[in-house]
Amino acid sequence: MKQWDLFIAFFRVGMLGYGGGPSSIPLVHKEVVGKYRWLSDDDFSDILALANTLPGPINTKMAGYIGYRVGGYTGMMNAILASTIPTIILMIVLLTTLTSFKDQAWVQGMTKAVLPVVGVLLAVLTWDFLSKSQKGLGWPIAIFLILASFLFIEILGIHPGIVIALLLAAAVLKKDKPKPEKGGTQS
Amino acid sequence: MIYWEIFLAFFIPGILGYGGGPASIPLVENEVVHRYGWLSVSEFSEVLALGNALPGPIATKMAGYIGYEQAGILGAAVGVFATVAPSLILMIALMSLLYKFRDSPKVKRMSNYVRPTIALLLGVMAFRFFAESYEASGTIQTVFLIIASYLLLEKWKVHPAYVIVGALTYGAILL
Repeated sequence: MKQWDLFIAFFRVGMLGYGGGPSSIPLVHKEVVGKYRWLSDDDFSDILALANTLPGPINTKMAGYIGYRVGGYTGMMNAILASTIPTIILMIVLLTTLTSFKDQAWVQGMTKAVLPVVGVLLAVLTWDFLSKSQKGLGWPIAIFLILASFLFIEILGIHPGIVIALLLAAAVLKKDKPKPEKGGTQS
Repeated sequence: MIYWEIFLAFFIPGILGYGGGPASIPLVENEVVHRYGWLSVSEFSEVLALGNALPGPIATKMAGYIGYEQAGILGAAVGVFATVAPSLILMIALMSLLYKFRDSPKVKRMSNYVRPTIALLLGVMAFRFFAESYEASGTIQTVFLIIASYLLLEKWKVHPAYVIVGALTYGAILL
């Protein structure tokens, strides 16, 4: 029954997780720690911390890894399928239905009206990333990196992947500063 | 070689998308709109809007749908695999190693360094959506929809799914 439980747990998370990966994390916690007790609270927070430091969607990383811990490779596949397939099917059905009415005036109106709304959602996300950048790096460095990425990506047309890869390399290669002393004493 | 292209189009955003699903959206857009030309900006916006209105992880919904559009069920499978597999394999393989370096400043720095670039990519995308809307519906409608959706989403905390459904209805009747 373990595989079935895994399937149901991640199916529920997938179908109820409105707002993408991060919003489903509390749901994963509820199923995995609360309901089925596959992991302790500490295990869960370790896995979450790790999943956050790796690239890619958080939800499938959590589902895959927890599925693997609970039920081996079958569990891994099971949890990933349960969290992704149902919503993909919904999406394909809805979008293909919409496309077959594409030339109707009302469908074109829908397409037009949704553009600025998505723009606002993206602008809010932009601000989110900006304020996190400011917290992590401070304004001067954050603004410098933004201007530099604008120059490379938008003006010089370099693939964003290359820019990101270089930044990651810089993060790894930079020498670690010694920890700042408390109380402002200077050596 | 459509399957190989689908694989690459989603592998790159998956492996470079530091910051989870949303961080990979502009990278996906770069591949599917600009590099491969599978979708126009406004088609991409429909996929993104619907993806946002539906439950579940956004990155895999987009990969599954776009893969399906280009190459059927197998295309969908390839898109989802390319999005999910690399980072999951990394996670399982490096679990113990990463665990040791979890608090290392190097690892923490990685997300920090990438964030401003992601912010820029998202900002540019937002700008493109506004520009497209300005061309399609004019200044007044665009500004109205921007202000209304901003207030609903951010001030009154209405769920994005409802705002998008509202906008779709508004557009179907009035635009």
